Amino acid sequence: MKKVSAGNAGPKVRSDCQIILEPAQRGGIAFDLKSKVKSLYGESIKDLCRQMLHFYGIKNAKVDINDSGALPFVIMARLEAAVRSMTGTESEYLPEMLKENLYKTSAGRTRFSRLYLPGNNPGLMINAGLHQAHGIILDLEDSVAPDRKEEARILVRNALRQIDFRGAERMVRINQGETGFSDLESVIPQNVNLILIPKCETAENVREVEGRITSILKRNKIRNEVFLMPIVESARGVANCYEIAMASESVVAIAVGLEDLTADLGIQRTPEGTETLFARSQIVIAAKAAGIQPIDSVYSDVADIAGLTQNVIKSKNLGFEGMGCIHPRQIRVINNGYAPTEQDIEKARKIVAAYEEAVKNGTGVVAVGSKMIDAPVVKRALKTIELARKTVPGER
Amino acid sequence: MGVKTVINAAGRRVPLQINGQAVVPFKGVGKHRPSGLKYAPPIPSCADFPADGNKLTGSLEEALRKCGLRDGMTISTHHHLRDGDLISNKIFEIASSMGVKDLVWFPSASFPCNDPVIKYLEDGTINRIEGSMNGPLGRFVSEGRMKGTAVLRSHGGRVQAIQDGEVKIDIAVLAAPTADQFGNAKGTGGPSSCGVIGYGKPDSMYASKVIIVTDNLVDFPCYPMEIEGNYVDYVVVADKIGLPEKIVSGTTEITKSPDRILIAELTASFLEKSGILHDGVTMQAGAGGTSLAIGVFIHEILKKKGWKSKYGFGGSTRYMVKMLEEGQMGCILDAQAFDLDAVKSIEKNPDHIPYPVFNAYNYHSKGNLTSMMDIMILGATEIDLNFNANVVTHSDGFLLHGIGGWQNCLHARNVILPVPLFRDRIPVIVDEVTTLCGPGELIDVIVTERGIAINPLRKDLIKKLKGSGLPVVAIKELKDEAEKICGRPQKPEFDERIVAAIKWVDGTVIDVVRKLKNK
Repeated sequence: MKKVSAGNAGPKVRSDCQIILEPAQRGGIAFDLKSKVKSLYGESIKDLCRQMLHFYGIKNAKVDINDSGALPFVIMARLEAAVRSMTGTESEYLPEMLKENLYKTSAGRTRFSRLYLPGNNPGLMINAGLHQAHGIILDLEDSVAPDRKEEARILVRNALRQIDFRGAERMVRINQGETGFSDLESVIPQNVNLILIPKCETAENVREVEGRITSILKRNKIRNEVFLMPIVESARGVANCYEIAMASESVVAIAVGLEDLTADLGIQRTPEGTETLFARSQIVIAAKAAGIQPIDSVYSDVADIAGLTQNVIKSKNLGFEGMGCIHPRQIRVINNGYAPTEQDIEKARKIVAAYEEAVKNGTGVVAVGSKMIDAPVVKRALKTIELARKTVPGER
Repeated sequence: MGVKTVINAAGRRVPLQINGQAVVPFKGVGKHRPSGLKYAPPIPSCADFPADGNKLTGSLEEALRKCGLRDGMTISTHHHLRDGDLISNKIFEIASSMGVKDLVWFPSASFPCNDPVIKYLEDGTINRIEGSMNGPLGRFVSEGRMKGTAVLRSHGGRVQAIQDGEVKIDIAVLAAPTADQFGNAKGTGGPSSCGVIGYGKPDSMYASKVIIVTDNLVDFPCYPMEIEGNYVDYVVVADKIGLPEKIVSGTTEITKSPDRILIAELTASFLEKSGILHDGVTMQAGAGGTSLAIGVFIHEILKKKGWKSKYGFGGSTRYMVKMLEEGQMGCILDAQAFDLDAVKSIEKNPDHIPYPVFNAYNYHSKGNLTSMMDIMILGATEIDLNFNANVVTHSDGFLLHGIGGWQNCLHARNVILPVPLFRDRIPVIVDEVTTLCGPGELIDVIVTERGIAINPLRKDLIKKLKGSGLPVVAIKELKDEAEKICGRPQKPEFDERIVAAIKWVDGTVIDVVRKLKNK
């Protein structure tokens, strides 16, 4: 057994801790605790660690803790990661699952905004549910360094049990391949509502993930429905996007990732986005054909709210029904942007009223003013009113 | 140490004597009425001063010697040079080299730049500080290493203590960005401009001896004078009285934290929906990132409604200046300027008016500006279930902040404390505050990112907010939520020894801080 470390410390780190665990032959558990909350939580931090080490059967060890105000579930994740890496054990030490975290979501729910949270950064997770994103994505993929995948997986698992995201859809973006399957083992039993499949290129990718999820659910005797959102980030993915969208009943949305896509195409991403217009439209068509939601890529300049606003308008006009957020300040702009505008709602109301009038009179011809209205227009108006009811405050 | 203690009206055990001086335990808000005459300094005669009005003296040391600096004296300074102050430490360096002992330092506030005075507390030059204690100074006091007992007062309480004669200033050393040889002084102009120097005004009037130190000597008359030469004994010209970049923050910034912005939005929305915000509203907010964000949101609401705030009370910042310049604020009454835009505004805008706390906050004034104000945005380190609040210690028991104008401001019509539910892992809402600085009866609303708690005494606000859609909850719910997330903290352990007394605005003792137990 060797000396190991898990978690983060440093002048800029908050709400996290680093635990350095060193095996010992004798002397019991020796703590070296540095913490800004030592006088308030010092004893409870040590008690928690003692309990856990007892659970893992570790009688002698040196435990160095550099704590910047980590909550208990974070300390637990860090110590578990250290113990696993020191002893090779795979047994989990689970914090309590909050009962308020056991909610379900529906396939057709609104998904305008979904907030990405780096999976190994607990500080950003704790209050994430307060900002009213429709979804919270705990990301295990690109925002986690390759050598931190294991500890992030444990942290995300604990976060799913201990953080109340207040009704936001509970999402995890897993890694590709085998790492991703290990991610699923850890997170699927934690009432995850939706899994994002990164760099998805084929329907087979989707079915593989779905198969794993089904077997994990069965093995753990869980009857949850776990939705899927494949992210298309390559030329091959774009070419196959209709099959991807149709790959499974569980696929409720399909997203496009433009950074990786432009890299794959060997072109520069521009603010106008002309270079990805075809790909984005292809995703929209595929999604609509499959009866699921097309979701746009993130807008990466978090300081440029005006730019984001324009981007959302363009995206909505292309047919997208939501996009990712990388900062809470983007959420409101996105939620408002994709929601029907007052004019949309007003117009829809008039159309529906005219339609109802026509049905009542049995005229068969629907008109608003001098304009004749077709059946699809009525359908769209009904959709707008339905969406407004769900997403615009004060609309019923 | 044998000093008798009693339980005061706030339920806190306090001594009847501090630093050998009898003190009055807190009796309740507005209950204490000292009688008799105000303290007065010794009578000077103009015959003793140069006929040509030239009071220039070679050096600060020479001036201090001429003032008769000796053991046990009380030396006062103001804090307008903030973290760029080069004068306060110098006084004690000189005193130490003269072998003077047991001084009392009576600053209107201290800053990290004053940490070097720890050296003079250790070598016996200074017996104690009566003023604010931040950072390392606070730690030094909490560890019981200061010889005397610290006394913490609000800005208004400091003026009250001077007028009551509770603190008799022997020598006031007042740094002035601009002054003339007669001693007229002001806060604007020169390389160390800080906008206003009003905190030094009572010191100038009540101290036995007054020294003005300036790095921008102008020919008589220096005007408009905030400190009048008639009160001044000596004028000293120094190379530099302050570090400009540390006197004011170049620019104050609203918070970038999404959680703090959420708190600010909730606060503004509360003010709008409760009807507290209205045409002609009067208000004060600090320079912290959350307060500034609230100011920006209030500005937007005023604009949207076509309303105008009658006046704002500063601590001014560029955001307040923007309201003034864009027409959403009638004028700014200003006790201190927090950033460069505010300093510039004072220099050029006649509607931006220096207004010393002397007039605004003092318990012995015939009226109090703060009680005339509609909106008061303040902070706190802890708030308890009875809405009592703490601003001087943290939950770990360490003394880390001064009171500033906080206690005085509690007298406003609507006192709002926007605070996070927890900082890192430390809950802000607790069963009982570690140190009591403000009684809950004066605190109306707590706004956190997870809900708004209204003081049950404010039935009017509770009624108005019904059906508003705002997350109004009982304060107990907020406390429980914080403890559910953070865990229940253990309590710090204290010794019997009192290291600091917390005065209420009227000079009574509302609470004390005890020495932290060595572990």
